[in-house]
Amino acid sequence: MTPEFITYAFAFPILGVFLGLVYKGIDRRVSARLTSRIGPPIRQPFWDVGKLLLKETIVPENAVAWLFNAMPLVAFASSMTLLLYIPFGILKAPLEGYGDLVVILYLLTLQSLAMAIGGFASGSPFSSVGAQREMVLMMSYEMPLATVIVGFALVYRSFSLTTIATTPVWNMVGPLAGIGILLLLVALLIVTPAELAKLPFDIAEAETEIAEGMLAEYSGRNLALFYLSDAVRGFAMAAIEVVLFIPFTLSSIFNLSLTGPALYIVEGLWFLFKVLVVYLLAITLVRTSFARFRIEQASRVFWVYVNIIALVGLALVWMGV
Amino acid sequence: MMAKTQYYVPVGPIHPALKEPIRVEAEVEGERIVRVDVKRGFAHRGIEYMGMKRNAIQTLYLSERICGICSISHPYAFVIGSEKALGIEAPPRAQYIRPIIAELERIHSHILWLGVVAHEMGFDSLLFWTWKGREKVLDLLELLTGNRINYSVFMIGGVRRDIKESQIKAIKDAIDFYRIFTEEMKNVFLSDPVYKARTRGVAQLSREMALKLNVCGPVARAAGLRMDVRQDNPYDAYADIEVRAIVPQDIVGEARGDAYDITLVRLYEIEQSLDIIEFCIENMPEGRIMAIPNYVVLLSKIKKTKGEAIGMHEAPRGEVVHYFKYDGTRDGPAVWKVVAPSYNNINSWAPLLLGAEVADIPIVVAYIDPCMCCNDRVAVVRDRDGRIMDYSLIHRKAVEKTMRLKRELGVRA
Repeated sequence: MTPEFITYAFAFPILGVFLGLVYKGIDRRVSARLTSRIGPPIRQPFWDVGKLLLKETIVPENAVAWLFNAMPLVAFASSMTLLLYIPFGILKAPLEGYGDLVVILYLLTLQSLAMAIGGFASGSPFSSVGAQREMVLMMSYEMPLATVIVGFALVYRSFSLTTIATTPVWNMVGPLAGIGILLLLVALLIVTPAELAKLPFDIAEAETEIAEGMLAEYSGRNLALFYLSDAVRGFAMAAIEVVLFIPFTLSSIFNLSLTGPALYIVEGLWFLFKVLVVYLLAITLVRTSFARFRIEQASRVFWVYVNIIALVGLALVWMGV
Repeated sequence: MMAKTQYYVPVGPIHPALKEPIRVEAEVEGERIVRVDVKRGFAHRGIEYMGMKRNAIQTLYLSERICGICSISHPYAFVIGSEKALGIEAPPRAQYIRPIIAELERIHSHILWLGVVAHEMGFDSLLFWTWKGREKVLDLLELLTGNRINYSVFMIGGVRRDIKESQIKAIKDAIDFYRIFTEEMKNVFLSDPVYKARTRGVAQLSREMALKLNVCGPVARAAGLRMDVRQDNPYDAYADIEVRAIVPQDIVGEARGDAYDITLVRLYEIEQSLDIIEFCIENMPEGRIMAIPNYVVLLSKIKKTKGEAIGMHEAPRGEVVHYFKYDGTRDGPAVWKVVAPSYNNINSWAPLLLGAEVADIPIVVAYIDPCMCCNDRVAVVRDRDGRIMDYSLIHRKAVEKTMRLKRELGVRA
């Protein structure tokens, strides 16, 4: 436990929450502009969280109270832990060496699971239907997600995210495996909105059908924690995609020879820019241009089409490496 | 997770899928609905009773307030019925102005529906886009009548405002705009794969079911029934135009009666409305716009009239029927009965929801474009034992409650 490590351990989650909320603000603004509205100011998510924290936290009468109150904490804790595994640009992840891509996969799943359990525990029919949908959706998209991870393990012979971040995947593979990696990217991009419960896969929270589903009974502090973990998850997911597929540093593209703080600042901003681009393309644009699927339609999309894409990609990678 | 397999899902009276209060009680097993009950009567305002206490001109403008969207359909049925009862006829120019306003309303109502149904399936960007296009027709209605809704432009025996030459240019511009916009909407709605996936086979009403349930308007037409008041019972300028009911079998060859077909019907009806408006402005005769311009004369004529009549109009949602009885003692209707299209169309919810999925509830609810405040004509209050409470008892209880609240809050009378 070096002091540096402890600084990292505190700075990363705070930075992550801040960035998650900023990206959420940008997402809402851009989505509004795409639909010819003005949209809320970028700092609106901060106000939302602040207001939710001030509000009364209501536990429904027929809810399983301890489970109902624990699940927002679990979701928030797992999203905070998730942040410690993500290498910010050229910075190393604080928990590097203590876990890898598989842990990240589990931490992402844990948040959806926490929301589903919270939904079941709230004792409302809307939440129960929402939680059931979330479980079905999770069973559908976990398989392609795991396939993507296995594909990377095949290339690097390792699950470590820092190893992957330091050597761009495109330098490791030939043309055949390159096409495979591209297919894996497509599969991951389709999984992203489902993982984040965004349109067209926000089936578990469908507003017009089941009145926000799993979150229907949550209020006040509990809802604020879910809101924060949702914001962090969006940022983390985009960051993981950047680390996996576009890890190129600015210095390696332009042959810059920066050193010291300048290097960290430039590379840090470059990383945030890449995350923003992925965020806007994979989340904002998609959620603005699609309607919600029905649950069995979404299941079919993942089990048949996305699985085929991911498995073909995996096969190509396996043949190419 | 839980042993319970059946959930009771209450939709309404307050629910994000509903814009107005109604209650759908569904028993759900997993995602499938196994039992369903529809309860109405949350928006009863006693508007017919109010109309029977006022004079006919006041009641005409009260009838606009029955519904915010059909604010021309109810007055239209009202003036048609009143004119029949009074034995007068609107001047030809007024007979051409009325369909223009009515068809503009149909355009804005259908575009509103397209946006609502997009929102119900989570397609909010489509909602914003369609409603942005709808602004132009609302602006045009404001130019023609002075208001975006509740136009107050009809009068028994004519219309209150003429359409001027400068306004005709604005109408022509709007027609050109909507010809393009409707074409774009057709591309977006009818060829979008997600829209098709969510509406094909959903809320499917067969021809036989449609006849049995007595549905009307676009719901019946989507099921393949050629019914349209403007075609079957033409009035005003519609008699010169020969309106034909838009049915899917004429467009794509077969009628399936699902939510996709109803989208098709509504989109093509917008084009039909544009054709009607175009015909009306080209063939509009010159002349007066009111049969009896003096309201005092009109009211005294109503006071001397004895008789009953039925007025019908094809509203955007189906046929609106107004029944009147003038008894020759007062200058307003002695009996006024309104039958709105949603009253028939809501009948289709229960059979369509049975066996459907929870995700289909908003679409089944929205596809008929329900209007609760149109159809709630009576409210029955029962006590705990199921006995009907009469009016004097409810009134007494209300007074008692007010008194009790005042006492508790320490408010002096």
